[in-house]
Amino acid sequence: MSDSVLYSALLLVSLGVIAAIVLYIVSKKFYVYENPLIGEVDEILPAANCGGCGSPGCKAFAEKLVNSDDISELFCPVGGNDVMKQVSAILGKEVAEKDPTVAVLLCQGSCEVRPKTTLYQGPRTCAISSMVYGGETDCQYGCLGDGDCVAVCDFDAMYMDENTGLPVIITDKCTSCGACVKACPRDIIEMRPRNKRDLKIFVGCLNQDKGGIAKKACDVACIGCSKCEDVCPKDAITMDNNLAYIDPVTCTLCRKCVEVCPTHSIIETNFPPKKIRKPKEEKPKVAKVASVKANVESEKKPADA
Amino acid sequence: MLKTFPKGGIHPEENKITSSKAIKKMPIPKVVYVPIAQHIGIPSEIIVDKKDKVEIGQVIAKSGGFVSSNIHSPIAGTVTKLDMIVDTSGYKKQCIVIRTDQKNETNFEEPVFPLKKEITMDQKDILQHITNSGIVGLGGATFPSHVKLDLKNDNKVDCLIINGVECEPYLTADHRLMLEKADEIIVGIQILMHALHINEAVIGIENNKKDAIKVLKQAAQSDKRIKVAALQVKYPQGSEKQLIKAILKREVPKGGLPMDVGVIVHNVGTIFAIYQAVQYNRPLIERVVTVTGKNIENASNFWVKIGTPIKDLVEEVGGMPEGTRKIVNGGPMMGKAIKNTDVPVTKGTSGILLISENEASRQEAKNCIRCGQCVFVCPMGLEPHLLMNLSEKGLYERLASEDAMTCIECGSCSYVCPSHRPLLDYIRFGKSIIKKLNTAKN
Amino acid sequence: MADPIIISASPHVHSARTSKKVMYDVLYALIPAFLVSIYVFGISALILTSVAVISCLVFEYIIQKYLLKTKVTITDGSALITGILLAFNLPSNLPIWMIIIGALIAIGVAKLSFGGLGYNIFNPALIGRVFLLVCFPVQMTSWPTAVENNLTLVDAVTGETTLGIIKEGLMYGETMSTISEQLPSTMELFIGITSGSAGEMSALALLLGGIFLIVRKVITWHIPITMLVTMGVMTGIFWLVNPEQYANPLIHLLSGGAILGAFYMATDLVTSPMTKKGMVIFAIGIAVITVVIRLFGAYPEGVSFAILIMNAFVPLIDKYFKPRRFGNKIKSKIM
Repeated sequence: MSDSVLYSALLLVSLGVIAAIVLYIVSKKFYVYENPLIGEVDEILPAANCGGCGSPGCKAFAEKLVNSDDISELFCPVGGNDVMKQVSAILGKEVAEKDPTVAVLLCQGSCEVRPKTTLYQGPRTCAISSMVYGGETDCQYGCLGDGDCVAVCDFDAMYMDENTGLPVIITDKCTSCGACVKACPRDIIEMRPRNKRDLKIFVGCLNQDKGGIAKKACDVACIGCSKCEDVCPKDAITMDNNLAYIDPVTCTLCRKCVEVCPTHSIIETNFPPKKIRKPKEEKPKVAKVASVKANVESEKKPADA
Repeated sequence: MLKTFPKGGIHPEENKITSSKAIKKMPIPKVVYVPIAQHIGIPSEIIVDKKDKVEIGQVIAKSGGFVSSNIHSPIAGTVTKLDMIVDTSGYKKQCIVIRTDQKNETNFEEPVFPLKKEITMDQKDILQHITNSGIVGLGGATFPSHVKLDLKNDNKVDCLIINGVECEPYLTADHRLMLEKADEIIVGIQILMHALHINEAVIGIENNKKDAIKVLKQAAQSDKRIKVAALQVKYPQGSEKQLIKAILKREVPKGGLPMDVGVIVHNVGTIFAIYQAVQYNRPLIERVVTVTGKNIENASNFWVKIGTPIKDLVEEVGGMPEGTRKIVNGGPMMGKAIKNTDVPVTKGTSGILLISENEASRQEAKNCIRCGQCVFVCPMGLEPHLLMNLSEKGLYERLASEDAMTCIECGSCSYVCPSHRPLLDYIRFGKSIIKKLNTAKN
Repeated sequence: MADPIIISASPHVHSARTSKKVMYDVLYALIPAFLVSIYVFGISALILTSVAVISCLVFEYIIQKYLLKTKVTITDGSALITGILLAFNLPSNLPIWMIIIGALIAIGVAKLSFGGLGYNIFNPALIGRVFLLVCFPVQMTSWPTAVENNLTLVDAVTGETTLGIIKEGLMYGETMSTISEQLPSTMELFIGITSGSAGEMSALALLLGGIFLIVRKVITWHIPITMLVTMGVMTGIFWLVNPEQYANPLIHLLSGGAILGAFYMATDLVTSPMTKKGMVIFAIGIAVITVVIRLFGAYPEGVSFAILIMNAFVPLIDKYFKPRRFGNKIKSKIM
């Protein structure tokens, strides 16, 4: 009896010793030198592994930061300037400073204002349906509504609004990693500066068709009338292919363009309501949608995203 | 036993409703919309301007490169605008809009082309004519024909195969053309054989077109070099690679072209266009289109000017039948569903198919039951179920290593899948990503 | 616009075959064997089958609806088939609670925990059967003897299967010539007047169904024919070498669920390879393992284990035995 206990104990001990020796040899033989700075930088990075910086994961980005001489081109959009400053302190290299950005949706074509004219049957991803044709509505520039952007968002910062059929970006959660921008086959999502208190003004439309055709396809389409371009005091608005674009850098958020837009395709977010406003004659449906959109976006948390 | 390709294939319901309907001439449309991207390759460059007067056959957009093609005005009239029109791709593309000049007599004269057998031109002239006449593969692929005929010296082509298979259900355009223009097609073949110094030509026809086989055999009697091969009815026999395998038992290597095994394949429609271009200097401005569907009373085949809106054709067969839920440009297996009938007929439109409610809808996709049907029917020896999975999961490198790029998108796998899985949708998507990755690499 | 135009990618037509139709074809193919089992075992076979089928359907419904909270797919016919096949693999006098446990294991463990229809690696019915065989060996190996046209329960009369008799006889040192006196004749085996699991006795009825499946193109001939031929050849060789020690191949082919396994269990679409080359390899594997178990193993019967073992190899077989790619001149190194 005692023999068998002894034998098994001996066997286990000798197995352990052999394993330890093998492990030791292997770890010595295959040792890879790694710059300790990489670990340090990796600690600081947000560990989101979102790929927003262009590298596959935070560790790879840390390696890149440590190994390249000039890192002014590199930027971690999730960590922002804070993280980059810390990186700069560790590595002693110059880093770029960037305005914090946030993703915005350049389409307001909800089911209500942009009627569906066809029915798509097939895999419900934007990437595939965009290969088949221009989409269920008559606007071939707008949102397809199949939610590829929502699927790639690692931060739960997006959800599909069932009523409008459009994705909604929860500004507070958005880390501006840019995954949704890459996923969208239509380039409807743009990264724009956050500004103070998330005040933003942008054209919520990408339709390049002529006014009449665009308007027919979607009530809130930019019809290329150039009124906003004329009214802008800073020349921040450019017209190209029947479409207005507001340059976020030059724009001073004066809100003049928002008022003149006849189709309400210019979106303003988080501005306090204007105190005195003449009761204008406007299509109630359209106005409602535009304001609903702005409200939803500033909402802190969706009901059940 | 009739010849056919050995691996895979399906036999869908043929539904060749219009096979006994002679090709009718469509009346001249009031307005034509001529897209500048009607062929594979670089879009043509527009050389006319708004308000320009154009004549029938005048070049309105010239070839934009080697793999490109001229586009000619199908009618005499005035260019009203250069506009963006939704074409078969489902997207707005540049189009030349021409309004027909109702007074211009050339529009209404019936041009007469009696059979002209003597081939007077030399090789260079023939090829030049084909290039200038804007001829593209009329089987549906719309690959510019002159590119196929531009032989490099190290490629020895010993056989010309004429594709009269028309394996797509419903379509009968090629079938009718073979019946009605058999002699012209034979001359067209002789022109190509003369130009390329080829001494053997085989016309491949599926055995469900026995009359066409008979007529062509008779027409080819005088020329011992031209043979007619009756083939077993099996889809996708009209695919170049499958057709070569069926007729000559030669296998085009992976990623290769028919030229690599000494073969050139042309569709009968293309051959007829070549005949007209060479013998009568007539560019490609009209083609045969089958307008068909189970609920259409007057389904038939038509000579249609390129650029005619499809709604004109639908009106010609008695209007859109009630309950039509799908409009397909092309055949049911490889054609593209289009949004509405404003889309114009292009060089690649071989048919317009109107599908009614009960057949138009796709069934809901269910789990794969691993029955292996897709593997059995794939003519390229691929595993569609695996490719779909890889594409869905985004494993594009593995997808490429599983030879996804050799897929000919015949749709046999999606057709046969008992779980109604969208196999081809995903494979096609995966292929597009691989293509993008490859161009990014280079 | 009530009915907008539908847009989808090609192809725009679809074959009339659906998963459901495939499943129902399998059901039709099982009818003759079912009738024979009722004829032979009477009402108990009916009870066994209905309990197995109903519990399979109920378990699938409960698990999908309340546990997994996914779409309930009991109408696709696959649970129905699992139930019938499970019943066919059990002795007809098995207590009802055991049948229910078998069904739970088949549906809950072997099918749904892997992800449902199409994702299961092992044949659910066989997993259920083998689970019961391992847990309740006594009940699972005492079969009622065939009582012609008996409509009462035959719990009392239990007998051994043909293969069981042989195995036992050989163990006690008897020779085949003495054992064979106790065995049913080949004709009896073929028609099914013998003892065994509910659905496996009648080779004739099973063959009828199997031919129906091949004609309807639900299965191809590759798996059943390869498997039976390999089994025949292997047992034949042993029999020729020593007919006193080994039973003749006909007995092997006609008894012990070889035909049920070959036509219905091994060919299960989900758990068999997808290429024809793979199917041949798969079937040879099953045959070899079956024969080895039957001749040298402890169990008299080996088809279930053989199929389950080969099921595990299916992903590997699918990986290495690919169809020949068109235009690929270099042949795969393995074949």
